[in-house]
Order: sequence, then structure tokens, then C-alpha cells
Amino acid sequence: MTETLTLDKPRSPRRPAARRSNFELYSWLFMRLSGLALVVLVLGHLFIMNIVDGGVHRIDFAFVAGRWSSPFWQFWDLLMLWLAQLHGGNGLRTIIDDYARKDTTRFWLKIMLYASMVVILVLGTLVIFTFDPTIA
Amino acid sequence: MPTTASPPTAAAGASRRSGTLYIGDPGMWSWVAHRITGVLTFFFLFVHVLDTALVRVSPAAYNAVIETYKTPLVALLEVGLVGAVLYHALNGIRVMLVDFWSKGPKYQRPMLWSLLGVWLVVMVPGAFFMLQRAATELFGGH
Ligand code: HEM
Ligand code: HEM
Repeated sequence: MTETLTLDKPRSPRRPAARRSNFELYSWLFMRLSGLALVVLVLGHLFIMNIVDGGVHRIDFAFVAGRWSSPFWQFWDLLMLWLAQLHGGNGLRTIIDDYARKDTTRFWLKIMLYASMVVILVLGTLVIFTFDPTIA
Repeated sequence: MPTTASPPTAAAGASRRSGTLYIGDPGMWSWVAHRITGVLTFFFLFVHVLDTALVRVSPAAYNAVIETYKTPLVALLEVGLVGAVLYHALNGIRVMLVDFWSKGPKYQRPMLWSLLGVWLVVMVPGAFFMLQRAATELFGGH
């Protein structure tokens, strides 16, 4: 039995437990759990940024400085950054698997995806932790 | 290679009356839209983290880029983004209900119509507040 999950006897009481890893199961579960958290984090973010108190017209450097002076919003943004990036990146990995026809295309698309995820996660995290409201 | 998010294919439903279980059903289009909105949001996030990173360059650099967010054309794009994210979130909840709630598969279709209803009810006032300022700038207030 190979890694592929065959569904020839879907209702048999026990299926051969020959899968080498449960990665796809955890990834499936992660999409749902992170999605649930992102409902609050991202929809809350969009509401605050676009609707409340003049929306986008009040956003500038001083506004961000005010928000990131609070550990609560720093943590909110950090969590949103990591969950959205991993959730979206994992979703894109699935999409690449679905549409790339050649193994080399698949390989290079995934390298690009993972590289962009690392860049965004590192940069976004650094920006939150090293923010300096008195920068010239 | 099995993937987590592909719609069931026709092969499994060969014995069903129509020959397919899912293809052509509104459920298929809801999945297509879920995929497109997810990718769109991912690409936006890429640009968004880069523009937010300008707060580490200088207040002037950050403010200059944020000014573009306030122009009427970009305001319209923001409404589109909010609409896309809202659809993805609502449909994501529907997907979870189909997966985890015992009656979910039975009600997948009424749940789709309900989420489109909720989407409209949120987006109409949402778009109004987001475009109010742009509309006065363009058409009045002089
Ligand atoms: C047009 C809509 C949006 C506006 C106007 C907006 C505005 C902002 C602003 C002003 C910040 C600076 C930090 C703060 O004040 O909290 C920020 C940060 C952030 N936003 Fe948004 N946002 C929008 C949409 C989104 C969406 C759809 C997502 C998720 C997919 C998102 C994810 C984030 C993340 C992760 C950060 C933290 C960035 C970092 O770590 O450097 N935003 N946003
Ligand atoms: C707002 C709350 C969100 C919820 C409730 C949610 C929910 C979900 C769920 C349940 C899936 C799995 C669908 C399946 O297995 O068939 C999914 C897929 C996906 N999501 Fe989200 N999501 C949210 C936010 C986001 C954000 C912010 C992004 C982008 C950064 C994103 C990008 C994606 C992508 C690219 C996929 C893969 C789509 C596919 O394979 O067809 N999602 N989402």
C-alpha cells in the first residue's frame, strides 16, 4: 500500500493503517481551526480599519503608533499575521498540487511560495517587535 | 495525489441518476469562489505586509503610501477586498458546518443562500460607509 488514500472500501470497519504520515489530516484540521480564529481576527481588523471612526481616512503613521503602543493590538496583529499566512500558504500549496502538471513546475512554484511565506512572516514579525514611534 | 480541497469528482457517482454528485451544483460554484477569494486575499496580504513595513522606514514614506488607500479608485478596490474576505469567511463557516455538523451536508444549499443573504445585508451598509467620503469628493461638497 502506498501513500495514496484509496477509497475502495470506505465503509469497512477498519482500513489498513499504512499511511506514512498524518500530515494532510493535520493540515485539513488546521485550515478549519485557523479559519475559525481568522473570522474574528480578520473581520475585526477590516471593521476597525474601514468602518469605525472615519475608516481608512484616519490611518497614518501616528495612528499605527497609537495602536502598537498597546500589547493587545500588537498580539492581535502578530497572531493574525501568522495564522493568515500559514492558512493562506497552506491553501496555495493545495492549489499548486491541483493545477501544476509537471513535477518541475510544481517544485518551483512551491519553492516560490515557501520563500514568500518566510519573507512575509519574518518581515511582519520584525516590524511589530522593532516598531519605533520616535523614528525620524 | 489527493488534495484536501478538491470537489468530489464524477467517478464516484457513476451509479447516481445524473451521473455526477456535485458538478454543476451551486455547491461547486461556491467552492470556485472560495478558492478565488482565498488566493486574492493571500496576494493582498503579501503587498499589505510590505506597505505596513514602511513604518520602519519613515513616517513620511508610510503616510505617502497610505494616502493612495484614500483615493476613490482604491476605495472601490477596498470594497471589493472586503467583499471577497467576507464571502470567504462566511463560506468557510459553511464548509466547516458541512464537515462537522451531522445535518450539514443536507442543508449545504440553504446555507449557501443564507450566507449570500448575510453577505448582502453586511455589504450594502459597509460599502456605503466605505465610499461615502469618496462619493462626496467626486460628486459634491464643492
Ligand atoms: C483595506 C483593508 C485594510 C486596511 C485599511 C488595513 C490596515 C492596516 C493597518 C493600518 C495596519 C497597521 C497596524 C495596525 O494599525 O494594527 C495593518 C496591519 C496588518 N494587517 Fe491590515 N488592513 C486591511 C486589510 C487586511 C486584511 C484583509 C488582512 C488579512 C488577510 C490584514 C492583515 C494585517 C496584518 C497581518 C497586519 C500586521 C502587519 C505586520 O506585522 O507588519 N489586513 N493593517
Ligand atoms: C476569515 C476567516 C477565514 C475562514 C473562516 C476561512 C476558512 C477556510 C476553510 C474552511 C478552508 C478549507 C476549504 C476546503 O478544505 O475545502 C479555506 C481554504 C483557503 N483559504 Fe481560508 N479562511 C479564512 C481566511 C483566509 C485568509 C485571510 C486567506 C488568505 C490569506 C485565506 C486563504 C485561503 C486559501 C488560499 C484556501 C485554499 C482554497 C482551496 O484550496 O480551494 N483564507 N479557508
